[in-house]
Amino acid sequence: MATFLLRRLGLMLLTLWILSLIVFFAGQILPGDPGRAILGPLAAQSAVHALDVQLGVNRPLLTRYLSWIGGAVHGNFGVSYTYRTAVEPFVQAALINSVKLALLAFVIVVPLGIVGGVIAALNAGRAVDRIISVTGLSLATVPEFVSGIVLIVVFGVELKVLPVSAAAGQNASDLEQFRHLILPAIPLVFVLFGYIARMARAGTIEALNSDYTRTAILKGLPRITVIRRHVLRNSLLPTITVIATQTGYLIGGLVVVETLFNYQGIGNLIYKAATAKDFPMLEAGILTIGVVYVLATLAADLLLIALNPRLRIGGTE
Amino acid sequence: MTDFLAEPGLPQPPDPVAPLGPVAVAVAVAAPTMRVPSAWWRLLLRRPTFLVGAGIVLFWIVCAIFGHLFAPYNPLAQQLLEANAAPSASHWFGTDPLGRDMLSRVIVGARDILVITPLATILGTVIGTALGLAMGYLGGALDLVASRIVEAVLALPAVMTAFLFIVALGPSTTTLIIVIGFIFTPLIARTVRAAVLAERHLDYLSAARLLGENPMRVMFGEILPNVMPAILVEFTVRLGYAIFAVATLSFLGFGVQPPTPDWGADIAANYGNLVSGYWWQTLFPALAIASLVTAVNLITDSIEQVLSS
Repeated sequence: MATFLLRRLGLMLLTLWILSLIVFFAGQILPGDPGRAILGPLAAQSAVHALDVQLGVNRPLLTRYLSWIGGAVHGNFGVSYTYRTAVEPFVQAALINSVKLALLAFVIVVPLGIVGGVIAALNAGRAVDRIISVTGLSLATVPEFVSGIVLIVVFGVELKVLPVSAAAGQNASDLEQFRHLILPAIPLVFVLFGYIARMARAGTIEALNSDYTRTAILKGLPRITVIRRHVLRNSLLPTITVIATQTGYLIGGLVVVETLFNYQGIGNLIYKAATAKDFPMLEAGILTIGVVYVLATLAADLLLIALNPRLRIGGTE
Repeated sequence: MTDFLAEPGLPQPPDPVAPLGPVAVAVAVAAPTMRVPSAWWRLLLRRPTFLVGAGIVLFWIVCAIFGHLFAPYNPLAQQLLEANAAPSASHWFGTDPLGRDMLSRVIVGARDILVITPLATILGTVIGTALGLAMGYLGGALDLVASRIVEAVLALPAVMTAFLFIVALGPSTTTLIIVIGFIFTPLIARTVRAAVLAERHLDYLSAARLLGENPMRVMFGEILPNVMPAILVEFTVRLGYAIFAVATLSFLGFGVQPPTPDWGADIAANYGNLVSGYWWQTLFPALAIASLVTAVNLITDSIEQVLSS
């Protein structure tokens, strides 16, 4: 158990390190000359050079990587090219906003997805199953801005029942903030529903075909008891993993929803940093999402171990 | 996906490179009821979901190739006197703020997305399959290192990774194809690796090894045909996500650049006018994206059904 945890932590750190290399490569090597990228093709070479020196990008690559990663480990991601101040406060505030939106989406989609997947599995092969599966798959691949726009037109512009912007203002009450987050949360629910329902369906079908379910049915237990006590308890374990891996998407894939609904979350922050070529902000935002994803995956593993005694005894694999 | 891989009797494409003799026998043992692809096609063509999906995709392919020939107007022609016109007999889908015909823009706008998504998906599938075969069959240090890199790439949402690279490289059709292909590579590699691991202990592979075939021959000649169904399903699933990714990147301004008609870019340009009631400028490109995505998913679903039946 302890070795398993240590190994898992080691792998997590390794993943994060490789991630930092990818982000550094894309953010600092690919753009070529950051000074030129910021000032544009018409700027004088001397100005570009001065900016490069000021940004510290004329140093050797290894030095740059070490100072960048050294700072990042201490929570210091550098100075924003746009705002000329440290990027951390921006990232922190945006992350908190995104977590609020993601939490709301999760609270709606997790029960909905599990119920949908279980219903599909219990009717496997029939029309209900096909409808749930194809709808889920289609909703999952319809881009959020498409569903978001339809929602804005229907609920915001035509019916006028919900606000079309996610920003509730500084002094808004919690209830008011919640009202502003409903519409942005729905496109996220659409995208996630398919994944979760698919996983819950697969797990339930596997449990339904197992020997212990057959035994339970043959010994005369009522169908509802079989499903509740024998099928569901075993079928929902893989679903937990999917939910955790989707956290990364939720925190990061928010970019479209947050842009569309004008919400100051981390997706919007990364989008603005990308359009402004503010590489330190971009790198900090993307690395933050990577950390959130890796932590969520670790949490899912721990949860699985806690819920499944076999994994506890089995040890490593 | 793994459950149908374990089943015997999967429809397998014939193995053109397998020599006669013990290996061929071993392959036949591993997959006793090999069906020829034509049977496979017949099963597929009998499914209404497949026909509907294929019909819609075909329609958009025709639009992408010949759209400029039958579009009622030039999609770039501005008629400022008819700006923001509602759908009517002369402009079925209305016009945009510059008076350009939305129907023509939707028809011709199919082009870029239908060029980028298949090419990007093919790129990712080819590299991902090679990587996955090597990871699953050769294992060892290669598998360990590649798995860590795959995991690191997977830790980022696809659109974010695309962002990072497109901002660094500058947006263009080629960049989009390469970036999306690159993002898909680890996902496909992971699926192929899992499929290869499921095959690894089957008799036909031991036979091939004992015959002294070199690893390249075993991977591409023996394993590849047997994991093809998994790759095919993964390919169609990825195609759906590629459409998603390309449309999203265009919407955010990192894809096809104006004035070229493009569904995502047109939505981005016009959704601010929704409040003024000009819904047709946004709704029709949005429906076009939704129809293409749904069509690809119908095809994916039918292929999965046929393969697992």
